[in-house]
Amino acid sequence: MKILISNTSDTPLYQQIKDQIKDAILKEELVEGDALPSIRAFANDLKVSVLTIRRVYEELEQEGFIVSQVGIGTFVSTSNLELLRDSKRRLVEQKMTDMIQTAKSLKISKEELNSMMDILYEEA
Amino acid sequence: MNDILTVSGLNKSYDDFSLKDVTFSLPEGCITGFVGVNGAGKTTTLRTLLGLTNKLSGKIQFFGLDMDKNEREIKDRIGIVLDGGGFYEELSLGEMKGIISSAYTSWSEQDFKRYMDMFSLDPKQKINSLSKGMRMKYALALALSHNAELLIMDEPTSGLDPLVRGQLLKILTEYMENGGKGVFFSTHITSDLDKIADMLIMIDNGRIVFREEKDTLLDTYRLVKGDSGALTTDARKLFLSISETDFGFTGITKQISEVRSYIPNIMVERPTIEDIMLGNIGGEK
Repeated sequence: MKILISNTSDTPLYQQIKDQIKDAILKEELVEGDALPSIRAFANDLKVSVLTIRRVYEELEQEGFIVSQVGIGTFVSTSNLELLRDSKRRLVEQKMTDMIQTAKSLKISKEELNSMMDILYEEA
Repeated sequence: MNDILTVSGLNKSYDDFSLKDVTFSLPEGCITGFVGVNGAGKTTTLRTLLGLTNKLSGKIQFFGLDMDKNEREIKDRIGIVLDGGGFYEELSLGEMKGIISSAYTSWSEQDFKRYMDMFSLDPKQKINSLSKGMRMKYALALALSHNAELLIMDEPTSGLDPLVRGQLLKILTEYMENGGKGVFFSTHITSDLDKIADMLIMIDNGRIVFREEKDTLLDTYRLVKGDSGALTTDARKLFLSISETDFGFTGITKQISEVRSYIPNIMVERPTIEDIMLGNIGGEK
């Protein structure tokens, strides 16, 4: 798993880390049962606070992406497939929203955008 | 999360300096940095916490136990590294260890030997022949060899070269990985904190300025650079400190979105701990 933290981004550190772990799960770089590093080890490697990693783990656990077992470790959980699919859709939706905003700011119409999408989708 | 140390309403006064209502707590499982300029009150606070100097008023609790009533038990559970060390200069490292180890109920000779080897310290060497770096390593070996749950250190990294500082920071993170409940250390070398601290407490002129998670600090403060001409009176108010040259200004702010709306064309960066510390002490505005 690759995690890169940007020092110029306005996105809070915990959000950057959380998003990238989620991406790795969605892209199946991390699969069911994979162990995540201990909070302290992870924090040391990323040079962030243990409190930040703790928050990332807590939120990912609440969202059903990982499970923590006291004294054993933290593991990727993909048992909630519907949630995962939904997240995948959300991931695309987010990118589409960005794209639509860019298109709007450049005064590109919906029809134009749709036809660009059709062409690019076939080519990719 | 439990707090392993809580301090409330701590007051202490000297002729020319006083601690004013110092209140803070340390959460379990964290490395906490205690920052401030020289003379801000770091050492006085630490010494008062440890009962090495009398306080005027205030409540200090380690591990939920009151310091006034349980000093012996508490000191058994914490490792302390103070500036200078307070060792008998004429003794050898082994002899001094003999005196100190007898004060602790769970002294581990095995741990001590391991640290002495790791730091390349010879038990037969005299204390007065130690360099500053070796003296700190020796103090650390003693502090880490009685299963301490909390480590309190006063300026452990000052006067050490970058290599030894790096080693010390590594040992601290290992100590936490191996089940240490907390490390609390004062420093004015803020780059050490950028690397390993989880929490930061800042003191200035005897008062606590902030107690905050390091990453939250780094997320909320921003370093802004731009054209001095754009600094209106209203815009200036958004900054904690500003320094200006003929070529532009650099300022520290906690209100980046407001700054963006007041001043166009700015460069925004994440600050370092040092920027935040100096910003809070104030600068030209």
